[in-house]
Amino acid sequence: MKVTGWVGIAAGLLILLSCAAAISALIGASGGAISVSGADFSAIRFTLLQAALSALGSLLIAVPLARALARRRFRGRDLLVTAMGAPFLLPVLVAVLGLLAIWGRNGVLSALMESVGAERLNIYGLTGVVLAHLFFNIPLVTRLLLQGWATIPPEHLRLGQQLGFGPVERFRLIEMPMLRTVLPGAGLLVFLLCISSFAIALTLGGGPRATTLELAIYQAIRFEFDLPRAGTLAMIQTGLCLIVAAVTMLIARPGEARAGMIHPDPFSPPEGRVLDGVVIASVAMFLSGPVLAVILRGAPALLELPYGVVEAAIRSILVALSSAILTVGVGMALSIGLVRMAELRPRLARVFEAAMLLVLVISPFVLATGWFILLRGHVDPFAIALPMVVTINALMALPFALRAFVPAVAMARRTDGRLADMLGLTGYTRLRHVLLPHMRGPAAFAAGLAAALSMGDLGVIALFGSTTTATLPLVMYQLMGAYRMEAAAGAALLLLLLSFGMFAVIDRLGKSHDPV
Amino acid sequence: MIRFDGAVLRNGGFSLRADLTVLGPGICAIVGPSGAGKSTLLLALAGFASIGAGRLMIGEQDVTALPPAQRPVSVLFQDHNLFAHLDVAANVSLGLRPDLRLNAAQKSRVQQVLQHTGLQGLSARKPAMLSGGQQQRVAIARALLRDRPVLLLDEAFGALGPGLRREMLTLVRTVAVEQNLTVLMVTHEPEDARAIADHVLFVAQGQVHPPLPTAEFFAAPPRAVADYLGLD
Ligand SMILES: Nc1ncnc2c1ncn2[C@@H]1O[C@H](COP(=O)(O)OP(=O)(O)O)[C@@H](O)[C@H]1O
Ligand SMILES: [Mg+2]
Repeated sequence: MKVTGWVGIAAGLLILLSCAAAISALIGASGGAISVSGADFSAIRFTLLQAALSALGSLLIAVPLARALARRRFRGRDLLVTAMGAPFLLPVLVAVLGLLAIWGRNGVLSALMESVGAERLNIYGLTGVVLAHLFFNIPLVTRLLLQGWATIPPEHLRLGQQLGFGPVERFRLIEMPMLRTVLPGAGLLVFLLCISSFAIALTLGGGPRATTLELAIYQAIRFEFDLPRAGTLAMIQTGLCLIVAAVTMLIARPGEARAGMIHPDPFSPPEGRVLDGVVIASVAMFLSGPVLAVILRGAPALLELPYGVVEAAIRSILVALSSAILTVGVGMALSIGLVRMAELRPRLARVFEAAMLLVLVISPFVLATGWFILLRGHVDPFAIALPMVVTINALMALPFALRAFVPAVAMARRTDGRLADMLGLTGYTRLRHVLLPHMRGPAAFAAGLAAALSMGDLGVIALFGSTTTATLPLVMYQLMGAYRMEAAAGAALLLLLLSFGMFAVIDRLGKSHDPV
Repeated sequence: MIRFDGAVLRNGGFSLRADLTVLGPGICAIVGPSGAGKSTLLLALAGFASIGAGRLMIGEQDVTALPPAQRPVSVLFQDHNLFAHLDVAANVSLGLRPDLRLNAAQKSRVQQVLQHTGLQGLSARKPAMLSGGQQQRVAIARALLRDRPVLLLDEAFGALGPGLRREMLTLVRTVAVEQNLTVLMVTHEPEDARAIADHVLFVAQGQVHPPLPTAEFFAAPPRAVADYLGLD
C-alpha cells in the first residue's frame, strides 16, 4: 500500500504537470500576444450565446418537469427518472443522428410539415446546437431539481395544506426558496458543459455564424494549420471555463442534504394534473423520440454493416477497455496516495485533490490541442491518435473515479485496516484481502463509466484521427458527412448498444460477488 | 370532543385501528412505543393520513372526508414548523392569510399574539436567529391566531431541554385554558403527561386505546402500559 500510494501521488503529479505543459504550450503557440480577429470574436459570441440559451432553456423546461415528477405518482415514473440518468452515457453523435431523424430536413417532423404544405425544417446552426444541448441537459437539470424537491420537508407541505395555500402560495413560500438555492448552480453547470461540447457544434453548428471556440480550434488545426490561432483560441476557451467554474463553486452552497432518496410528494393537489401530464408526456417524447428513431432506423442496417464500421467498432472496444483499465489503475493508486496523504498532511491532500478536479474544467479538446503542439516536433501526432484518445478519456473519467474511490479506500483503512495491522498483513496480501473487497463496486462503476465515455467520444479523435485509426464515432461521423444515412444509423445503433452494454456488463462485474 | 368510530387509519402500508372518544376541552397526552402509530393518529386527525374505514367526528361535525384546511385543527410538529425565509411576523401572519395581505386590524392582532406568547421585539427575526423554544412559540402564536378548537402537538418539545420543555408545557396549559382548546399531545416523557394532561391514551400493537384519566393511567396501568412504562 505504501508503494502504491507513492506511485499514485507520482501519477497525480504527472497528470498535473502534463496539463500545465499543455497550457504553457498553448501560451507559447499563441505567441503570448492575444490578437483576436473578427472571426474569433464571433466564435466567442456564438459560444456564449448558445450556452446561455441552452442553460436557460434547460432550466425553463426542467422546472415544470421536475415539479410534475415530484408530485405525481404514476406507473413508469421511477423508470422515467432512472432513464434521465442515461444521457450521461449516451454518445453525442448517436443523439445527434436521432435528433436529425426527428427534427432534420429529412426527419419525421419535416415530412409532417411538408404534408400540410409548410416548409421543411432546417435546424443546422444555433437551433440545432441548442436543441441538442437541451436534449442532454434537461434530464441532468431535472435530476438535480428532483434532489432539491426531496429536500423540502414534508412538514412544510403539510403546513401548506393546513394553512390553505393555493398554487401561488405553495410555489412562492415552499418551492421558490428551494429553487433559489438549486437553480443558479444547475444553470452554471449546464452553461459550463455547453461551452465545451465540441461534437455537437461540429455536427450541428458550423459556418461563420455558428462556430464555437472549440470548433474554431479544430478548424485552425485541421484545415488552416494555424497553430498560433489555435493557441489563442484555446487560451480564451480555458479562461472562460475557469471563470464559469470558479463562479459555480463560489455560489454553490453546500446543500442541507437530507438523508433518504427522492421521496414521493404525497400531497399531489388535483388541480394542474392535466398540465403536469402534458409536460411529462411531451418531454418524455422529446427525449425518447431520437433514441427510438436510432433504434428503428439502425436495426435493419445492423446486419449489413460496412467492413469499416466493424473494424472501427473493434478498435473502439479496445480503446474503451484500455481507458477503463487506465482510469481504474491510476484512480486506485491515486486514491490510496490521497488517503494516506490526508492522514499525514490533511491540508496538502485537500489542495492536491482540488487540483485534480481542475482537470475536469480544462476541456479535453484544449488538452489535446496543447499536447498536439507539444508532441509535434517529436512524434507524428496522427500516429499516436489512439493512445491520446485513451489517455484523455481516462483523464476525463478520473474525477468521477476519485469521487467513488477515495471514500472506499478511507473506509477500508478505517475498518479492516486496523485488523490487518494487528495481523501484520502487508504488501500484496494486504491489498488483496483488505482493500480490494471494498473497491470492487466503485472500481467496476468507474471502469464502466470510463469505457462508455471513451466509446462515444468524438473530440480528440476528430482532431487526430485518420483512416487507419478511426474509431466508431469517427467512422459514423464520416458516414453522416457522406450522406450514407442507412449505414450511419446502423453504426449509431451499434455505438449505442456498445456504450450501454459495456457500462452494464462492467458495472455488473462489481456486483456479482457477495457484498462486503 | 373527538370521536373515532370504528376507524382504520392508514399511513403508507401501516394501518391503525381507532375506536374511542376524547372529551374536550382539555389536554390528552398520547404515549406508546415508537413506531406504534402516534404520529399517524395526529396525521389522520389533521387530514394528512387517510381514514380507510369508519368515520371521524370533531365536535358535531363529520370531518372524515374534509380537506386539511377546512378541519378545526392546528398542528405543531417537532421541526420545520416555520418557513426559513419569512420573518417571525410573516410566519405568524400565515395563520390569518396565506397571501400575507393583512389589514391594520389583523396586523395589530399579530402583534398582540406575539406579545402574548413572549415574542415581543422578535417580529423581524428570521427563524434561524431564534432558539428552539422561541421557534415553537412562533408556531404556537400562529395556531392561536388561527383559532381552531383542536391543537395537535407531535413531540413538539421533544428537542428541548427539560427546563425549556416545562416552560413550553406551561404555555400550552395556559392557552388551552384561555381558548377552551382540546389538545392532543404526543410525548415520550410520562413526566409531561403527569405535568399537564387531564387524560392519557395509549397507542400500541396497531390499536389506539381509549383515554384514561391521568391519575388512573399511572396508578393502575393496564398490562401493556405497565410494560411500556417499565413498571412491575
Ligand atoms: N410515509 C410512510 N410510509 C410507510 N410507512 C410509514 C410512513 N410513515 C410511517 N410509517 C409506518 O407507520 C408506522 C407508524 O408510524 P408513526 O405513526 O410515525 O409512529 P410513532 O409516531 O408512534 O413513532 C411505523 O411502523 C412506520 O414504519
Ligand atoms: Mg412520531
